[in-house]
Amino acid sequence: MAGNKQGTQNSITLKGSAQLVTEFFNFGINSILYQRGIYPPESFTYQQQYGLTLFTTTDEKVKEYLNNILEQIKDWLEAGEVQRLVLVVTNVDTEETLERWDFDIQHESGFEPGSLKEGKMGTKDLKIIQKEMRDVIRQITACVTFLPLLDCVCSFDLKVYTNQNAEVSDKWADSAPCFIANSQEVRLKSFSTSIHKVEACVSYKADV
Amino acid sequence: MSHLLFDAKLTEALRMDGDLPRVPVNRLQRKAQEQNVNYLSINNENSLASISDGNSPRSAKSAHSGSFIDYKSPGRGKSPARNKTPGLVAPKLSVRGAGQKTPGRKTPGRKTPTTPFNQQDRFIPNRSTTDLERSHQLLVNNMEASGGEKNSEEDVLTLQEKEYREKMTENLNDGQQPDTRILSFKNKAPQGKEGHVNNLKVLYSAGKPMVPKAASTRHIPNVPEKVLDAPELVDDYYLHLLDWSTNNHLAVALNSSVYIWNGGDGAITALTQLVDPDYICSLSWIKEGNVLGIGLSSGVTQLWDVAQQKLIRTMDGHQNRVTTLSWNAYILSSGSRSGHIFNHDVRVAQHHVSTLQGHTQEVCGLKWSPDGRLLASGGNDNQVNIWEKGSTTPLHTFTEHQAAVKAVSWCPWQNNLLSTGGGTADRTIRLWNCTTGICLKDVATNSQVSSIVWSSHYKELVSGHGFSNNQLTIWKYPTMAKVADLTGHTGRVLELCVSPDGEMVVSAAADETIRIWKCWAVDKKDKKQADSSKGHPISMFARTIR
Repeated sequence: MAGNKQGTQNSITLKGSAQLVTEFFNFGINSILYQRGIYPPESFTYQQQYGLTLFTTTDEKVKEYLNNILEQIKDWLEAGEVQRLVLVVTNVDTEETLERWDFDIQHESGFEPGSLKEGKMGTKDLKIIQKEMRDVIRQITACVTFLPLLDCVCSFDLKVYTNQNAEVSDKWADSAPCFIANSQEVRLKSFSTSIHKVEACVSYKADV
Repeated sequence: MSHLLFDAKLTEALRMDGDLPRVPVNRLQRKAQEQNVNYLSINNENSLASISDGNSPRSAKSAHSGSFIDYKSPGRGKSPARNKTPGLVAPKLSVRGAGQKTPGRKTPGRKTPTTPFNQQDRFIPNRSTTDLERSHQLLVNNMEASGGEKNSEEDVLTLQEKEYREKMTENLNDGQQPDTRILSFKNKAPQGKEGHVNNLKVLYSAGKPMVPKAASTRHIPNVPEKVLDAPELVDDYYLHLLDWSTNNHLAVALNSSVYIWNGGDGAITALTQLVDPDYICSLSWIKEGNVLGIGLSSGVTQLWDVAQQKLIRTMDGHQNRVTTLSWNAYILSSGSRSGHIFNHDVRVAQHHVSTLQGHTQEVCGLKWSPDGRLLASGGNDNQVNIWEKGSTTPLHTFTEHQAAVKAVSWCPWQNNLLSTGGGTADRTIRLWNCTTGICLKDVATNSQVSSIVWSSHYKELVSGHGFSNNQLTIWKYPTMAKVADLTGHTGRVLELCVSPDGEMVVSAAADETIRIWKCWAVDKKDKKQADSSKGHPISMFARTIR
């Protein structure tokens, strides 16, 4: 399924695009967890991706959690049900939201969920897509320089914004959006697979 | 005819309000107005007002604005009064209204935020997080959109319902579009380890003003004299895996085996290899340099005769791993993970002579003072205890450190001067006068302090650090000005030792290398003098053990 994107040059199917976006989320989320120090750095291993050395968690529980979610997100991406993926960092003791990493997912024009049945393909070079993804991840890494220190035990949660009529298994529950009152927002770069467009943004508590 | 005139006027009145669509009033609406139907809705009050004061378009408009207020804050006493006397209020309002493009919109906008506080009985428990400005904007837009539409009774009710629903969703979703669901996985990700300290803290404090730099008086090579490979060196802050004897033997523990590196000829001999699950936690040479004490993860302490490569004695007692050892003539003190410090008299059969209980957690630093009178111990409970020889209650307890104290070191040329260094959460070096128990100095190093050693030739000390630079720092005593940073390790420095001649410092680090730095080179003339005055040390241990 993912092989399609490499088989024919410069053509990306919806499935391939969903795969790419999910893969990006995996590395993006892992990068955030590592860079923000939510889990101890010892629990991460490194791996080459997008021409960067990226850290991915080795903690079995975190891994399982991420895999579960990303698999579901992939399905939803293919069905065109996801609007947004949000990573929320909360203080464990006070349950206050400290950071909010927002990945807004849009469909490029011509690839709206309804109109995609005819097997239409995107035309973007995989290398260019990966370069764009790399730039976003680089920016995530660079965010450490301005984000306030998370000087407490933190946990993270992933929130998926879906359409009202999306198929949801009972493993999922509705949740609050966990906005940060009085937040500062920094828009990051975006990337597009020519089918999905993902815009990243981080908001954090401004008054420290 | 008059009917048409009224129609025109009404249209004009509506047009004046800029945001209303410029369409003639709907027939149904008109009908309702003509019939003077007294509905509950604002739109009807609205139209009533415009009829009752229909002569002037301006006043009609002001009535509009009044009715908007009415609609937004039905519980207020002010607005109805205004509606009752539209003729009186209207001119006043119209003057203000003439200057403003959309007075009707602005007025409620200013007033709405105050309403929730007056209406305590509302279904919304807390509106502090609600974006009232936005909800109001949405509401007004909605009203304007439906303002020109038909005004049947049904519509009126749905408008109120709409308001209710919209407010509900606004409050529940915090301003999200109503067709979106926010989902999260029920099985949450595990939270970060309790007590895990965010490494980034070091980076955040690294920009703080640094300690003053000392004037350089000699050349300090910034590259190591020698680099030794130390595969499988255990990266554990609490262990002591390196020691240098007076016989110029450097003992290194690599996981479960001990190697001796001869500083004279560079020969390496393997001393011992433990059975698998055990690993070595601490090493310590006796002052004379012929016996090596080894603390094991099983709680056993072994004594080895290095020349013979023979195990002389096995001493047990600890329930947990022995993380640190220190010799005082024939007394070997051992600190364990349990927080106990045992004093072993290695000459006698009943080796366990006393127990020092002062730490609640793992003892990670332990040093006898050069004169053998005081024992300093640092623990994972952030405490430093000073024990007098023979006493089982601490002479002093220092609680100033904010993290585990592994680096504990006595000054060789000044009595009772102790230096201690704290772990990641603390990152300070403190100097103590142990006679009085006073902290003489504290220096922020901006990095984990894993070990401190003093020079015997210079009034200097060297500290080994972890993240982020993994450097060795040379400090001048007593100013604690920085002399130099020795960088090169790519993992945190775990342990430091001084060579027997006092010129070199050896560092073992988490990057599995051991580096020897010649940072205290002595002038040859000075050295000769020192050597002749020193004479040969007499081995007390050799005298007493056989």
